Amino acid sequence: MTSAAVETFERSLENLPVTFERVDSGEFRSAVESRIDPPAVGVSLPFDGVSLEDTSVNLNPTSEDVLEARTGVTPGGPSIAEFGTVVVASAFDGASYASLFPETHVVVVAASEIVETIDDALETLAGEIDGGLTSAILTTGPSATADMGAPVYGAHGPESLHVIILGDR
Amino acid sequence: MSTDQSAAGRDEKAARIRRLLETSGSTVGETVRPFNEGRYRRYEEMEETEAYREAAREIKADAIERLPDLLEQVEDVVTENGGTVYVADDAADARRYVREVVEAADAESVVKGKSMTTEEIDLNDDLETAGIDVWETDLAEFVLQIADDEPSHIASPAVHKSREEIAALFNEHFDLEEPLTTAEELTAFAREQLTDHVLEADVGITGANFVTADTGTLALVTNEGNARKSLTVPDTHVAVAGVEKIVPSIADLSPFFSLIGPAGAGQDITAYLSLLTPPLDEPVVRFDEPDDEAFDDSSDDRSFHLVLVDNGRFAMRDDDELRETLYCIRCGACANSCANFQQVGGHAFGGETYSGGIATGWEAGVHGADSVAEFNDLCTGCSRCVEACPVNIDIPWINTVVRDRLNQGADPDAFDHLVSGLTPDDEPTGLDRGKRLFGNFETLATFGSLTAPVSNHVANFGPARAALERVAGVDRRRELPRFRRETLVDWFQSREPTRIDEPVREAVLYPDVYTNHVQVERGKAAVRALEALGVRVRVPDVSSSGRAPLSQGMIDTATAHASAVSADLEGHLEQGRDVVVIEPSDLAMFRGEYERFLDADAYERIAEHSYELFEYVFGLLEGDGPGIEALAGPSEACAIGAPASPDLAYHSHCQQRTLGLEAYTTAVLERLGYDVVTSDVECCGMAGSFGYKSEYYELSMAVGETLKDQFTADETATRTVVASGTSCLEQLDSLLERSSVHPIQVIDPGLRSELD
Ligand code: SF4
Repeated sequence: MTSAAVETFERSLENLPVTFERVDSGEFRSAVESRIDPPAVGVSLPFDGVSLEDTSVNLNPTSEDVLEARTGVTPGGPSIAEFGTVVVASAFDGASYASLFPETHVVVVAASEIVETIDDALETLAGEIDGGLTSAILTTGPSATADMGAPVYGAHGPESLHVIILGDR
Repeated sequence: MSTDQSAAGRDEKAARIRRLLETSGSTVGETVRPFNEGRYRRYEEMEETEAYREAAREIKADAIERLPDLLEQVEDVVTENGGTVYVADDAADARRYVREVVEAADAESVVKGKSMTTEEIDLNDDLETAGIDVWETDLAEFVLQIADDEPSHIASPAVHKSREEIAALFNEHFDLEEPLTTAEELTAFAREQLTDHVLEADVGITGANFVTADTGTLALVTNEGNARKSLTVPDTHVAVAGVEKIVPSIADLSPFFSLIGPAGAGQDITAYLSLLTPPLDEPVVRFDEPDDEAFDDSSDDRSFHLVLVDNGRFAMRDDDELRETLYCIRCGACANSCANFQQVGGHAFGGETYSGGIATGWEAGVHGADSVAEFNDLCTGCSRCVEACPVNIDIPWINTVVRDRLNQGADPDAFDHLVSGLTPDDEPTGLDRGKRLFGNFETLATFGSLTAPVSNHVANFGPARAALERVAGVDRRRELPRFRRETLVDWFQSREPTRIDEPVREAVLYPDVYTNHVQVERGKAAVRALEALGVRVRVPDVSSSGRAPLSQGMIDTATAHASAVSADLEGHLEQGRDVVVIEPSDLAMFRGEYERFLDADAYERIAEHSYELFEYVFGLLEGDGPGIEALAGPSEACAIGAPASPDLAYHSHCQQRTLGLEAYTTAVLERLGYDVVTSDVECCGMAGSFGYKSEYYELSMAVGETLKDQFTADETATRTVVASGTSCLEQLDSLLERSSVHPIQVIDPGLRSELD
């Protein structure tokens, strides 16, 4: 990552119907809590120094919890600066569900994993897929449709997407 | 089968088109025009557009070339991943396999993501007949399912349905007490319905936009999230895709991911680009067991079937003319950029499954010629889709080839002596009389000039028009071209030669059929303008380009014309003379199709030394010869009333724009002091002979409306109208009350002598 990539990423997010913030590990917990519309389900984060344990996010939900959740919190893999794209990967059990069923998706990405282009991201992902990763969803903005005569968010997936970028300013 | 159109057949087709123009036409246009505008914007914005398009095409060409090997590789890697691959020979084979998988899973219901390939193989009907509930989860497909309607666009299947219609449909179908009206309400309602279906489904069926041979990964390009739900919730996933979807590796996806959103709808990127390498290692959440732990290690229960469908594709691969169709990534850009499609949508401009420009290739390949005959004429060869296509497919050529094949199969009994006297071609005898007449326009024009003005009176005489309409389908609402007794070639030969002592260039002004026989004045103006700029001009008798027969799918005749043109020009080209072309569609032939008709040397000679008139004038002005003063400008032109106003409204020509030549005309006019406003419609609607045909007259006029609107708006209403193409000029004459001329006529130095 370069700080230029992080800035491009933020600029791209500004042009999308998403919200975002950059926080360090100390600010993380309150950032997550303030974004949660309860109940929330989620999957554990792989990043050093931050965790969803001890937050109101339910990391061991039942089937019903998944359906009832209003917010899903997941980590994101490599993010793509040029488009403001985050990658939701199946390497984290349940991430697909948590990112797809609740109305709000909060995705946590590491500033250090932001790459410039789609090419860069595909290169990283190709290696991971080769190593057994079965699902990587390049997500740009919330789910959308124009099929009903006007653009609407939340067609099947979440209506709103919030990106938390982990890393010092 | 016959392509001959009886008068009754024409009436019926005209009525069907009229119905679509009146009902869904405006909705289609309102939906796809913004997609097309977005595509322009985004293509312009991206620095790498052309590099991506080239890369995308190369990857596809390579993948289709190596398809048998890649297919084997996919079979191996998907099997290794724990899935099953089935290569289905045809639609029935694919249906049977999917049904067996669904039955083996004891499935009662199936949810589907959007997939044109499953439409192609008629999967839903088959499953439903077997007693299985099938739910389309893509919102547009869901609407069509409820309405029992067919897709009208390959990427956005419900473009013909307005919000009001969808609301009425839902309110009635679901018998809603509180009627839905807004797009938000409709989306929320559909989402709720479909979530229930997804949770109950036993099998999820999706398509795939790409399949990578290195890892067995499916790439799905979507905006809604429905496909992801459909393949994550049920534990059995069946993906159905044409064999042509295979690309060598994940890295190859990059240009496609960058292009497909921009090409299809002007999106920077679609909301979801999913890379799935099933069977997924996601847990299977048992929603019917609400208290079960959701995220457990139940992913082993997943099974995956990849059904790769041949259904004619390997035969297309062996077919030199249809092969390029397999490069298509189904983005819909060729439909969005098509003026005819914008008016009627895929229900008229489409076959059994596919619609838009490339539908001809797909339908000919997977369903056969019969499915194509009905709609193939709607491609007028305007070529606007070619630069829209992310993989650079020569879509008009595919349409021409298939039209030619339909002609070849035409019914010989339909041979008609009335038209045949005027139509000395090598085409099959059963060829449609209208096609034959328009295809041999040169013969007709020669005859018309010889007998003018009598021929004009006779042709426009009521009973003659009625006969022409009945026999050849020439709509009687159209003015016929008025042939001039003195052709341009005659005029040039009989006039006092102009002395040009030290010419800056030597050039042949190509006397295209229209300039030579009908629009003679623009030819004279061109001669005078070129001479004033120091060019020694010749106007020899040269064969017509073959554009007219080509547009009727008469490839043999067009090829013969190309050889004749090449022979006629050979001596001049050897002498180092340039060829200056007034009619953009003829220049497009010289630079484009002639590559297919002539040997490489002959093609290169013509292509490299031919110029569009204003491209040439612009070049001369950049050189050392006489400068811009040699040409007439607004003050002189207006002094004699031609043009009426120094402000011009300019309509370029579709093929001229595709060749990137529009700017030369505006640059020259502006340099002379004209104020120029340019139209930005894809096509005027006339497109050669298309607008003359009685079954398409109304469509042609409907397409022209956009141009009319642009040239009657406040800021253009009083401007003098100039246009580069013959058919555009004819169309503008029928659309507008004021007349229009070729731009060379407002810079013609001859205007000066009239002033003297
Ligand atoms: S032919 Fe080209 S423009 Fe048309 S759908 Fe296929 S890829 Fe898109």
